[in-house]
Amino acid sequence: MCVLLISGKSKEAEIKRINKELANIRSKFKGDKALDGYSKKKYVCKLLFIFLLGHDIDFGHMEAVNLLSSNRYTEKQIGYLFISVLVNSNSELIRLINNAIKNDLASRNPTFMGLALHCIANVGSREMAEAFAGEIPKILVAGDTMDSVKQSAALCLLRLYRTSPDLVPMGDWTSRVVHLLNDQHLGVVTAATSLITTLAQKNPEEFKTSVSLAVSRLSRIVTSASTDLQDYTYYFVPAPWLSVKLLRLLQCYPPPEDPAVRGRLTECLETILNKAQEPPKSKKVQHSNAKNAVLFEAISLIIHHDSEPNLLVRACNQLGQFLQHRETNLRYLALESMCTLASSEFSHEAVKTHIETVINALKTERDVSVRQRAVDLLYAMCDRSNAQQIVAEMLNYLETADYSIREEIVLKVAILAEKYAVDYTWYVDTILNLIRIAGDYVSEEVWYRVIQIVINRDDVQGYAAKTVFEALQAPACHENLVKVGGYILGEFGNLIAGDPRSSPLIQFNLLHSKFHLCSVPTRALLLSTYIKFVNLFPEIKTTIQDVLRSDSQLKNADVELQQRAVEYLRLSTIASTDILATVLEEMPPFPERESSILAKLKKKKGPGTVTDLEEIKKERSSDMNGSAEPTSVNASAVSTPSPSADLLGLGAAPLTNSAPPPSSSGSLLVDVFSDSASAVAPLAPGSDDNFASPDLASSEVVSEEPADTVHDADELFHKFVCKNNGVLFENQLLQIGLKSEFRQNLGRMFIFYGNKTSTQFLNFTPTVICSDDLQSSLNLQTKPVDPTVDGGAQVQQVVNIECVSDFMEAPILNIQFRYGGTFQNLSVKLPITLNKFFQPTEMSSQDFFQRWKQLSNPKQEVQNIFKAKHPMDAEITKAKIIGFGSALLEEVDPNPANFVGAGIIHTKTTQIGCLLRLEPNLQAQMYRLTLRTSKEAVSQRLCELLSEQF
Amino acid sequence: MQFMLLFSRQGKLRLQKWYVPLSDKEKKKITRELVQTVLARKPKMCSFLEWRDLKIVYKRYASLYFCCAIEDQDNELITLEIIHRYVELLDKYFGSVCELDIIFNFEKAYFILDEFLLGGEVQETSKKNVLKAIEQADLLQEVSKFNFSGQSII
Repeated sequence: MCVLLISGKSKEAEIKRINKELANIRSKFKGDKALDGYSKKKYVCKLLFIFLLGHDIDFGHMEAVNLLSSNRYTEKQIGYLFISVLVNSNSELIRLINNAIKNDLASRNPTFMGLALHCIANVGSREMAEAFAGEIPKILVAGDTMDSVKQSAALCLLRLYRTSPDLVPMGDWTSRVVHLLNDQHLGVVTAATSLITTLAQKNPEEFKTSVSLAVSRLSRIVTSASTDLQDYTYYFVPAPWLSVKLLRLLQCYPPPEDPAVRGRLTECLETILNKAQEPPKSKKVQHSNAKNAVLFEAISLIIHHDSEPNLLVRACNQLGQFLQHRETNLRYLALESMCTLASSEFSHEAVKTHIETVINALKTERDVSVRQRAVDLLYAMCDRSNAQQIVAEMLNYLETADYSIREEIVLKVAILAEKYAVDYTWYVDTILNLIRIAGDYVSEEVWYRVIQIVINRDDVQGYAAKTVFEALQAPACHENLVKVGGYILGEFGNLIAGDPRSSPLIQFNLLHSKFHLCSVPTRALLLSTYIKFVNLFPEIKTTIQDVLRSDSQLKNADVELQQRAVEYLRLSTIASTDILATVLEEMPPFPERESSILAKLKKKKGPGTVTDLEEIKKERSSDMNGSAEPTSVNASAVSTPSPSADLLGLGAAPLTNSAPPPSSSGSLLVDVFSDSASAVAPLAPGSDDNFASPDLASSEVVSEEPADTVHDADELFHKFVCKNNGVLFENQLLQIGLKSEFRQNLGRMFIFYGNKTSTQFLNFTPTVICSDDLQSSLNLQTKPVDPTVDGGAQVQQVVNIECVSDFMEAPILNIQFRYGGTFQNLSVKLPITLNKFFQPTEMSSQDFFQRWKQLSNPKQEVQNIFKAKHPMDAEITKAKIIGFGSALLEEVDPNPANFVGAGIIHTKTTQIGCLLRLEPNLQAQMYRLTLRTSKEAVSQRLCELLSEQF
Repeated sequence: MQFMLLFSRQGKLRLQKWYVPLSDKEKKKITRELVQTVLARKPKMCSFLEWRDLKIVYKRYASLYFCCAIEDQDNELITLEIIHRYVELLDKYFGSVCELDIIFNFEKAYFILDEFLLGGEVQETSKKNVLKAIEQADLLQEVSKFNFSGQSII
C-alpha cells in the first residue's frame, strides 16, 4: 500500500521528486475538498516514508491526529505511527493526541488499547505522564485485562517512570504488580520483570517481596527441560530473556536473608555454571549466545553478591576458559567481566592467575576494542606483586598501541607506577620511559604529578636529578622531558653538581641547548630554572645574566618571556643573596591530595568505572601518598611573600600573585595547585599575571629598566584588526572597552574605562601617545576625562581620528591613576590599524586579474606563508576578510577554495588600491597570503595584519 | 535499550527507534557518527563496542546492519539475540525478508518491532504471539501485504 516509488538515480533527482510530491500532498491537505479517511491515511503514510528517507517534514501533523479518531484500524494505526515517529514531546498537538488516546484506552477494544499504549510508550512525554500515569497501573492490575494489554501497560508505565518518576505514584498496585512474577503467561512475566527491576532500583523496600518470587521463577526455568516452555524456548535455551531479566532484578538486592531462598538461588547459579560445561545442544551461534547471555548475567549476580567464594572462583575459571575461546565476542566479554571480578577479595588471586593470557591478548588480539578490554583488565588485576610486570608490559604495548587508546594507557601506567612503587627510583624511571615512548600523549597531569612526588620525597630527589640529567643527554628528547628536567634540575640540580660530569655549567648548557627548540611555555619554565640556578650556583650567575640580557630574551616578541627575562635579570642584579635565597627557595612539599591523573582518568572513563576499583584498591594497599608526610609544615608560611617582607622595596607589591587566572596560558603549574593557598610557592614558574602587578612597571626601581614595558597584549590587539568593538584590556582593577567606527579616512573611537573595584580611582589620566613617525600620518584628538572614577563606575572618552597617510605602528594608550594609595601605570596598544580605512571595492573576475597583473612589480607584492593558528573554516575566513575591510569577491578565483578581496585604503593625501588573495592548504594546515598594492609599505603592513588573523 | 538503528551497507538509514527523548539534531548526529563507526569495522571484529557512555551491539545481515545502543549494565549477548529474534520475526512475516520489504513496508517493520520491544524492553519473546498480534491486525485491514522478491537477508 501507498508505495511511493523513488527511482531517482541521483540525490538531486530524488530531492526534486520529493519536493514535487510534498507540494502535491500539501495542496491535497489544503484543498477545499475534504479528504476521506483513506486518502488522508495514504498521504500521511507518504509523508512518513519521505521522513524516513531522511527529509524534513514540517506539516501533516494535524491530519495524522485526525486519523487517530478514525474507527478504521489501519487509519488509526498509521496515525499513531506518524505521531510516534514525528511528534516531539512539546508539540502543541499533545492535548488532541491525549484525547484520542484516552478514548482508545477506554474503548475496551484490546487492539485499540494496545495501539494507544504503544503510542504513550513511544512518545513518553511529561504531558502524557501527567495524563496517564494514574490510569495505567489500574489497567495493568485489573483482573479482566488481556495478557497482551498487560504487557504493553507494564512497559508503558516503565517508560513513563523513566521520564517522570515523580508522576508515577506508588500505591496498592505495587504489591499486585510484584505478583505478576507468578503469572502463567511468560510474556506477562517478562514485561513485568522489566518494570519491577526499574521500580525496585529506586524503591527497594517497596518491592522486597519480589526477591523470593524471582528466585522461584528462575529456579523453575533453569531446571525445566528444553521443550517445557514451548515457544519461550529459544534455540534449546529455556526463556533466556526472562532469565536474564530475573537475574538483573536480583542484582538490585543483597543476597537473600532467608536461608531457603538463598539456598535455592545458589542452586540455580550452580546449575547455570554446570550447564556451561555441558556439550552444546546445537551448533548454532544463537544457542551459545543465549546460553552464555544467561551465564554472564549469573556471573554478574555472583560478583554483585560477592559473598560465595566458591561461586566466585568457579565464575573466574569459567571466564578464564572464555579468554581463549575462538569467538571474539566471548573473549571480549570475559575480559570485561573479569575486570569486576578482579576487585573482589575472594577472586582477585584467581583472576591474577590469568595474567599471561591477558598479556597475550594485548599482543595478539586483532580488534582494538578487545585490546582495550585487556588493558582495562591488566589495570584492574594489578597489585604490588605484579605491578612491575604489568607496567613493563603496558609500556611495551604502548610502543605499538593504537593512537586512540594511547593517552589512556599513559594515564594508567602513571597511576600504577605511582601506586605500587616500592622504590621511587622505579617510579621515576617508569615515568621518564613513558615520556620517551609516548611523549605526545603524556598530558600535563602526568608530568605535574612526577614533580609533585619528587618534591615531596626527599629520598628520590638526587636520583631524579641524576636520571633526568642523563635522559636530557639524548640528542632528541621530547619537550615534556625538557619540562620535567628543567623543573627538577632547577630544584635539585645542586644534588648532582658535585660530580664534574654534571657541574652547574654543564647542567645549564645542557638545558639551554634545548631552549630554542621548545615552545613558549617550556621556555618560560626554563627561564625560571635559570633564575633558580642563580641562587643554587652563584658561580654561573654571570653566564645566566648574559643569557637573560641577550636581545632574544629581553626583546622577545612574546610578552611572557620578555617579562620573565626582564624581571629575573633585575632580580638577579639588585637582590642580595639573602633575598635571592628566600625568593628562590626550594618548593615546599605539595599538600597531599588525590592524584590529578586519577581525576583525569575518571573524567575520561566517566564516573563509576574507576571509583569502585580505586576504593577497593585503597583498602588493599597502603597508598604511597598517605605515607609521604610533608617535610616542613611551615615552609609555605615562610616562603609566601608577605607584604611586610618588602621584597624589592616596592611596598605592597607581591611578586607572586596569589590567584593568577587559571586560564592564563603561561601558568604551567599554578593550574594544578591553584586550589590550595599554601601552593603559593617561592616564585612558582607560573607567576605570569602581567597585569596583576602594575606596580612593578611604575615603581622607581623598574622604571629605570630600559626595556619597553608596554603591555603588548598582541593577541587582544590582533582581535581588533577585523572587528571594531570589544574589550581591549582587563585586570583586577580596570576594564577597557572599545567601540569605533570608520569612514574613508576618518574615524571615531569611544573608549570605556570601567572601575572594577569598590574604591575610587584618583588622578585618572588616560593619554594617547603617538610616536614622532606616527604623529605625521595619524591625527588624533582626545577629550580629557574626569580625574575621579568612582568604584563600579564607567567613564567614556572619545578619540577623533584622521588618517593623513599610511602608517605602520599603533598609538599607545597610557593610563595613570591612584588606587588605594598606590600609583598605577599601564600602557596598551590602541588598535587603530591601517586597514580600518579600507573601503571595499566590488569588481569582476576580468577586472580583478587585469589589475592584479598591473601590480606585478616585485616591490608591490608581499607574500606570507604561515601555519593556521585557528581551525580552517571557510565561513569564518570570509567573515574575517570582510571584517578586515576589503570586499570579498566570489567566483573570481578559478579555485573556489581560495579567497580574493579588493578595496581602497583612504588617507587624506592619497588613495591606495589593494588586492589580496588567500590560498588555504587544508592538508598542510597552511595559508599563503598575497597582497598587491601600489605601495610597498602598505602591502607589507596589510600582509602583517591579516596574517595574524587565521 | 536506548535506541535501535537499521542501516544499509551504503549508510542509508532504514529504520530508527528511539527509546530516550532526544532532539532531532542530536538523533541525526548520533546516527551519522554510529553509521560511520560501525561501517568502518571489519567483518571478524567483535560485535560490541564502547561508544560515548553506551555499549553498541551490532550485527550484519546481508546488506543490512542492525545496531542497538544499550546501557552499561545491560547484557550484550542477549541484545545480540534480540536483534536475531527481530530478524526472524521479519523473515517469518514477509517470508524471506529482504531490504526492500523493510523499505516499502516500513510501517509493518515498525509494528512488528512495537509488539516485540516496547520502551526499550522486550515485551514478548514468543514468535507465535508476536505474529499473532500482527496478523490479527492485518485481518482488520482491507489491503493485503505485498512482498518484494530480493535477496533474503537471512
